Amino acid sequence: MLTDSLVLGAAEHAQLNTGDIFFQLIVFIILLALLKKFAWGPLMGIMKQREELISSEITAAENSRLEATKLLEEQRNLLKEARTDAQHLMENARKQGDVQRDEIISAARTEAERIKEAAKLEIEQQKEQAVAAIREQVASLSVLIASKVIEKELSAEDQDKLINEYIQEAGEER
Amino acid sequence: MHHEAPIVKFMGLYFNLANILMITIASAIVFLIAVLATRKLALKPTGMQNFFEWVLDFVRGIINSTMDWKEGGRFHILGITLLMYIFVSNMLGLPFSIVYDEKLWWKSPTADPIITLTLAVMVVGLSHYYGIKLQGGKGYAKGFFSPMGFLFPLKVIEEFANTLTLGLRLYGNIYAGELLLTLLAGGLAHTSIIGMIAAVPLTMVWQGFSIFVGSIQAYIFTMLTMVYMSHKVSHDH
Repeated sequence: MLTDSLVLGAAEHAQLNTGDIFFQLIVFIILLALLKKFAWGPLMGIMKQREELISSEITAAENSRLEATKLLEEQRNLLKEARTDAQHLMENARKQGDVQRDEIISAARTEAERIKEAAKLEIEQQKEQAVAAIREQVASLSVLIASKVIEKELSAEDQDKLINEYIQEAGEER
Repeated sequence: MHHEAPIVKFMGLYFNLANILMITIASAIVFLIAVLATRKLALKPTGMQNFFEWVLDFVRGIINSTMDWKEGGRFHILGITLLMYIFVSNMLGLPFSIVYDEKLWWKSPTADPIITLTLAVMVVGLSHYYGIKLQGGKGYAKGFFSPMGFLFPLKVIEEFANTLTLGLRLYGNIYAGELLLTLLAGGLAHTSIIGMIAAVPLTMVWQGFSIFVGSIQAYIFTMLTMVYMSHKVSHDH
């Protein structure tokens, strides 16, 4: 029984199954067309779409990377500029401060000089006044002292004599 | 153990109804799987879509390994369909076979030389068609005399040999696989209890091997299809 099965019974049906040939061909072509329309076509479409999406995404990423680099460069430049500006401003402020300080110091010095001068002048005046007052007082004092001395030593006789003399003198002068 | 085929004569043509049935079933399965897998397409693929995209890429790889994509792109759909159809056909006969009234109804359609030769002739015929279409009649005719004129008879024989080997290789592999399965499950298992026990692991091993052979044969058929196409289509051959 087993050996029977090993013999290929190809010669058993003598006729060629021509119908199978046509059926297989037609079915395969139909299958091809149907699969193209309903399965492989859409699948290929979506794969193509993904390919395009990926390529456009890559382009977009490249673009944004370039833009980011540009912006970064710009920002860096701006920062550098700002830093230089700030340095300039500080430098200017310092310079101005120096100038102002010098000005203030010199103004103060002049003012001080002026005040000193005025004070000196006043002192001088005061001194002169004081000297004048002292001189006046000395004169009146000496007169007083003289009159006291004279009053003490002059006798009545001498007084008369002196008065006369003055009178005489006064007459002659006229 | 030899079963007859249910043959019917219709309009002067002989039809093996088992083949008709199995061709239809195989085609329907391929179509259903493909359509169900690609019904919900998304840019971010999931599940079956991943698998079929892999199949597409696999066939694309086969084509790219034999010819330029500019010429080979048109065979992409043919290649995928051949691969899927032959693979499913090869698998159909493996799990069981149905014999009714001494006639074999359920088997692999590719276990019949008529079917495999039909596919082979179709492929070789297409290669000639595309050879003339893409190379022009002159370029196509020149193909038979290159690289040297005296090779012309060999070239003509080659065309028939290609067709025959392409079809019979597939048929032989699948038919042998099914025959051995029939012997194991239908012959050995019926002899005695011991025979039945012995048949179980052998059948399992052979079924596993047949899955491997069926996949390899589907791949080889598609690969050779593309090789023959490229011989006719490419300029440098």
